[in-house]
Amino acid sequence: MIAQDQIYAIAAVLLFCLGLHGVFTRPETLRKIIALNLMGAGVFLFFVSVAWRNAAAFADPVPHAMVLTGIVVAVSATAFALGLARRLAGLKPNDKPPSPGAKEGPSP
Amino acid sequence: MIGLVLDLLLATALVGLAWRVLVAPELFEAVVVFITLGLLMAVAWARLAAPDIALAEAAIGAGLTGVLLLDTLRAMRPEPVAEPAHPPSDPKGPAWPSLAASIVLAGVLIVAVLALPREPGGLTAAVAAELPHSGVTQPVTAVLLNFRSYDTWLELAVLLIAVIGVLSLRAEPRLADPPPGGAGTVLSWLVGILVPVAVLVAGYLLWLGKTAAGGAFQAGVALGAAGVLMWLAGHRPLQREWQWRALLPLGFIGFMAVGIGVMTGDRALLEYPRAHAGTLILLIETAAAVSIGATMTALFIGLHFPPGDPASGRKGPAAR
Repeated sequence: MIAQDQIYAIAAVLLFCLGLHGVFTRPETLRKIIALNLMGAGVFLFFVSVAWRNAAAFADPVPHAMVLTGIVVAVSATAFALGLARRLAGLKPNDKPPSPGAKEGPSP
Repeated sequence: MIGLVLDLLLATALVGLAWRVLVAPELFEAVVVFITLGLLMAVAWARLAAPDIALAEAAIGAGLTGVLLLDTLRAMRPEPVAEPAHPPSDPKGPAWPSLAASIVLAGVLIVAVLALPREPGGLTAAVAAELPHSGVTQPVTAVLLNFRSYDTWLELAVLLIAVIGVLSLRAEPRLADPPPGGAGTVLSWLVGILVPVAVLVAGYLLWLGKTAAGGAFQAGVALGAAGVLMWLAGHRPLQREWQWRALLPLGFIGFMAVGIGVMTGDRALLEYPRAHAGTLILLIETAAAVSIGATMTALFIGLHFPPGDPASGRKGPAAR
């Protein structure tokens, strides 16, 4: 018989691996960032499932605290990544020629 | 038994939604499915006896991350039209090695996860033994702000660095500029009601953290939501630039001040005197909540590059 925390632990592994696959294969930057968040969600879920296994009078608060800080850090890192993605989208040499001169552009 | 079926359904839904996020043809759908996933995660946290995390996830995973993603999607909208045929790097072809590797990894990890010993380990007993000395009765708050306060302190530093990172992408790192759009009547009216309620909820969550699920993080996120709402409705959450500069590092500096302040006698850094631990924790949590709220709002505002902000502009640092 499978235990409750094992169900979520397996789901956590699948979330992590799906996210990993997404980071490698999806072309859009935004979806890559979401895939990274899926990986993070998998890690958080695994931590909390372990905390549930360790429960006595209450669930193990140490993984809980780590996940709580982790969620807040993840959203900050996501915001930074989105900022970079927006900047990158703005840098792409598409329709309009950039004003500051010809130094702009596709040169690496 | 019913509970187990519910868990199975929930876990299946989580994985299914994650798959949908990856394969949805439209980015918009992917973002919306991801927000749904965040909501379901909150249910999963509640099932796993983690109400603290459920509260934070419901506000962040489903709320703030969703707002950030949708907002970025809108801001980048014109761009994917111009490059749907992403020719420079078309990684479509060899997707199967990644898929195969991910499946193998998943198999190995599942075997490892199922091989974990069933008897409880961890630090539950250690926390329970020291809880009476921590100054609070809620174990998660005790860990966050007493037993492992170092982590939380430096986490506030990470938040600060994230804001600095986002602001550094702008030509003018200002936060107190007036928002671009005014709001319609309904949104203005709603914001007038919701923002005071959010502040009230934040205060309640902060106070609750001592004894029950709640605390600085949940309160800070509620404040952040209020700030984002205000900004979307055309109001400035803070009127002056120096107010942002003061509130953003407040949590980190407050934490540091308390941590160093308690170093009298032979006490170490962040070793609270037991008689005053509860008061000091509440003090730190208040500063941290205000700071986290300001950070969440600043991350959102900072991502809105003003229209004149050049992608690689006059004042921006040269790329080479």
